[in-house]
Amino acid sequence: MSSLLSRNSNLSLSHEQIQLLEEAPFKLESFSSQLKKLGHFPLKPTEIDILQINMGKMCNQTCRHCHVDAGPDRKEIMSLETLEQCLEIIKNNNISTVDLTGGAPEMNPHFRWFVEQLSPLGVKTIDRCNLTIITANPKYNDLPQFLAQHNVEVVSSLPHYSQNHTDRQRGNGVFEKSIKALRMLNEVGYAKEGNDLKLNLVYNPVGCFLPGNQKSLEQEFKKRLRMDFGIEFNQLFCITNMPISRYLEYLIESGNYESYMSTLVNAFNPSVVKGVMCRNTLSIGWDGYIYDCDFNQMLDLKVESSAAQHVSDFDLNLLTQRHIRLGQHCYACTAGSGSSCGGETL
Amino acid sequence: MAENYYVDSDLSKFPKITEFQKELGDKFFSWYSSVFAEGALTAREKSLIALAVSHAVQCPYCIDAYTQDTLQKGCTEEQMMEAVHVSAAIRGGASMVHGVQMMNKVKKISM
Ligand code: SF4
Ligand code: SF4
Repeated sequence: MSSLLSRNSNLSLSHEQIQLLEEAPFKLESFSSQLKKLGHFPLKPTEIDILQINMGKMCNQTCRHCHVDAGPDRKEIMSLETLEQCLEIIKNNNISTVDLTGGAPEMNPHFRWFVEQLSPLGVKTIDRCNLTIITANPKYNDLPQFLAQHNVEVVSSLPHYSQNHTDRQRGNGVFEKSIKALRMLNEVGYAKEGNDLKLNLVYNPVGCFLPGNQKSLEQEFKKRLRMDFGIEFNQLFCITNMPISRYLEYLIESGNYESYMSTLVNAFNPSVVKGVMCRNTLSIGWDGYIYDCDFNQMLDLKVESSAAQHVSDFDLNLLTQRHIRLGQHCYACTAGSGSSCGGETL
Repeated sequence: MAENYYVDSDLSKFPKITEFQKELGDKFFSWYSSVFAEGALTAREKSLIALAVSHAVQCPYCIDAYTQDTLQKGCTEEQMMEAVHVSAAIRGGASMVHGVQMMNKVKKISM
């Protein structure tokens, strides 16, 4: 598996993806019209207190479902200048949580510097760590100690407690390396009783079905990881796969695109609309542009033009009044118990 | 009439059985959802039982639905296939145990 971009796939172009989603050859009610019926259109933010920063598309893995189309061949990396601008935004706008994502955010050469700057600010810092980066190169081996020292919450993907399922989605050998990394995180105190260091795992289905009940899956994961590997973690977040980028490619190639979209639409749950994450989160791209969420970022749907679109002219007031840009992919956030970067939203 | 007796798109029409008999249909679905809720057995265990029974009654709709459901609940292919073996073992065993009846009869009527 390599990135869509390196294969010159049409799906690496955001407008091609949008066309497939919005002009699908099968009939689906539009997401916006569902919200209109519920009186939630246009969808607006509540307050902005989470900043999700995509530090770059470079990654040591090339997972099959990746919505970022990340991989070792992707060179887009957030610059020091943009990170400095983000820091100013965090300081001046009452941001309570900074969520670092990628690619593998740790591969950004300014990652440690940025975490060190955030540490004294008292904001909650999250590192979306793919686990295998910790053992990928000796220079990353001390990441667990570094993250613990700065009280960074670690959120890591582990789609299944079985090797077979995890490797099918994330690549051969990923499960074994992930287990090793989880042990290293436990060793420095992550998810240990009486310790504040949080280690949360992300489950997303290895295939084209919806995630099951988050609490039950968490219990099963806890039991199996403890029993089989002696590993502890805090919470399991269930995330529905987003029908964009490499996951969209998988859906089309496996002949499941129409049925997956129908599953999402049939599972539309009006009671989770209010809690979609774009209402309290802003997403920043590697080049400093601002998006409603990381998914809109990958579709190149910048925040609407009446709001400030770049970190260099960030305006919280304008951004709080903006209308969120919606599309058919949004159905992945409202299916069943809802889905966000923090798991179920119900 | 459809060309085939079984059409996969019919599965999603299941709730429509209330169109012909609302009261009993509603009661059925309400009871059905209680049956599959977490209880003394977990919803996951119930789903694996349902998968096994689906094979015993050989209902393609149930096999479709409970294959999805068990996967959603995090079951592995190995666990799912073991459930199918349980179903097959009971079906096979049910035939074999009647062999005793056959043997009884043979003994009774033979010299
Ligand atoms: S899903 Fe995460 S770990 Fe996998 S390729 Fe994408 S960014 Fe990398
Ligand atoms: S995809 Fe993004 S914009 Fe759409 S509902 Fe989800 S978080 Fe909001």
